[in-house]
Amino acid sequence: MEKQSIKGWLYLLPAVLFLGVFMVYPLIDVFIYSFEEGYNSASQTYYGVGLYNYRYVLRDPYFLQAVKNTFILVAVTVPLSTGIALLISVALSSIKALRNLFQTVYFLPYVTNTLAVGLVFMILFKKTPYTDGFANLVINWFGGESVDFIDGPYWAKMFVLCFYTIWVVMPFKILILTSALASVNEIYYNAAKVDGTPRLRVFARITLPMISPTVFYLIITGFIGAFKAYSDAVALFGTNLNAAEMNTIVGYVYDMLYGNSGGYPSYASAAAIILFAIVLTITCINLMISRKHVHY
Amino acid sequence: MKVALQNLTKRFPGRGRGAKDVIAVNDFTFEIPDGKLIGLLGPSGCGKSTTLNLLCGLQKPTSGRIFFGDDEVTKLPAEKRGVGFVFQNYALYPHLTVRQNIMFPLENLKGEQKMTKAQMQEKALEAARLVQIEELMDRKPSELSGGQQQRVAIARALVKRPRILLLDEPLSNLDARLRLQTREEIRRIQRETKITTIFVTHDQEEAMSISDLIVVMKDGVVHQIGKPQEVYDKPVNLFVAQFLGTPPVNTFDGRVKGGKLYIGDEAVLSVEGADDQAVYVGIRPEGFVPEKDGALGCGLVRVEVMGRDVSVVCTHGAAQNTSVRAIIDSDCEIDEEADTVRFSLKPGKVHIFSKETQQRIDCRLFI
Repeated sequence: MEKQSIKGWLYLLPAVLFLGVFMVYPLIDVFIYSFEEGYNSASQTYYGVGLYNYRYVLRDPYFLQAVKNTFILVAVTVPLSTGIALLISVALSSIKALRNLFQTVYFLPYVTNTLAVGLVFMILFKKTPYTDGFANLVINWFGGESVDFIDGPYWAKMFVLCFYTIWVVMPFKILILTSALASVNEIYYNAAKVDGTPRLRVFARITLPMISPTVFYLIITGFIGAFKAYSDAVALFGTNLNAAEMNTIVGYVYDMLYGNSGGYPSYASAAAIILFAIVLTITCINLMISRKHVHY
Repeated sequence: MKVALQNLTKRFPGRGRGAKDVIAVNDFTFEIPDGKLIGLLGPSGCGKSTTLNLLCGLQKPTSGRIFFGDDEVTKLPAEKRGVGFVFQNYALYPHLTVRQNIMFPLENLKGEQKMTKAQMQEKALEAARLVQIEELMDRKPSELSGGQQQRVAIARALVKRPRILLLDEPLSNLDARLRLQTREEIRRIQRETKITTIFVTHDQEEAMSISDLIVVMKDGVVHQIGKPQEVYDKPVNLFVAQFLGTPPVNTFDGRVKGGKLYIGDEAVLSVEGADDQAVYVGIRPEGFVPEKDGALGCGLVRVEVMGRDVSVVCTHGAAQNTSVRAIIDSDCEIDEEADTVRFSLKPGKVHIFSKETQQRIDCRLFI
């Protein structure tokens, strides 16, 4: 027994070592930095210890803007993307012809480069001297006024960001959900059929509970992913996100480290810890809810 | 509710190019009398489950018609047929409690049949009482034993008072002791509810013991329909004879010649009403009586004592199987050291079948 456990630890050593050096140690470090006022990574000095960094970050209008943007993004994209993915998956599993074609089409965004996708969205939404973009063409068609989606009003930019995020995260969700749907045993549907269950009830009372673990997995990872959004915003609005009012929390952290206003590891650490606290809280709430509603 | 099947046929397209269609059920015509318990019996792949699926509407027949009472239901979808179905592995919804599982069919009722929550609860409890699981109502299926799950499945099938009840291999997932108990239970429930019940099984003992009528099928074709004892005593062909009975019937090559039935060179019985021809002779294990000057001599392999009966394992040159098994009373004396043993045969336990068609030859056999 004793020998066994030594062997076990030995096998785990490489992973433990790497995780320790590249994840656990930095995590602890970030936590420490966040309490060290004016930490300078070059000279390794700081003025004092306290909550100053948090106070600064929480009063920084750019940070508050970033928090607002992130929360809107999360609140809009997670439910919508999961819901739409569920609809598409159910539709996919109920058709036979062309199913593979559609599966491939829906999966394309997953394998497409973020920046390439950003370019496509530019064509769709960007207003240039030559064209108002495809989206505006459609709006004009219906008699609406052109909107500048990339440099225009806040809601328009937020709409594009949410639209983009939903589109990008959907393929993975569809993939996972279609396989979850396929794993529900046919016999339950047969039983429901003999009992004359309407299709909507079959979905609500049988299918959904049976795939609920997968759905909750997707919701939790969806929340975490959306809170960590950054590259999508850059792909759409460029690197100066603060000016575009489109910054996210992760974007704020990055800016504090390397951006134009960069060189403030303490503020970045504090912002990162705040993000961590938010994600932790939301995930705990999610798990608590899931315990009530998920059937294993 | 009587159930009538008319020329019911189901074909499945064969797999691969140029593959022949598989005929799962071939021209099945049968009228099931009201309130009876029917056993559909046959080896696996004989089309009995397909027949059940056709009856409940999960599959559509290629041709033929199905009637429940005077209503034709051939084209009706499963939900409009009013059948209760107990699936082989029960198909209980794992996320619902026993109560919710039983109430599920009631929640789907529409229009006049729609019930209040209290009525549903009451009906569910009634069904649960019938199968004696009322104390398990708030458990999940995963917390039940196989036998209990089976009862829940039956309760769920019965709760909306189906016109007919269908059970697919109802006992196959249970252990031996539970199987015995549950089959009595099915019999009791059927008697109490008087619902026409059809169940599928590959276990002939199961079918024989509780059915009012059994239907023996093979390769999609119905071979014989009748009361269990009738079918056992008068099998229409060699297959039915071999399929029914444990231990199975012993089959010999034989021939009828000059009013005598020969196995090997020995004339074992007299025959009346059969022409001279080569035949298969089927002898039930209980048809052997050990006697010093018996007509049939066999090589003795061993004697197995099983309490009530004694099983004698022998060999015979004309036998189709490698060993011949005879079951005799334990008070018969057998010399276990001997190399041979002689039996006389009970005429009622001997059947002869045409060598060409394997059909039963109806004739009188006597000593």
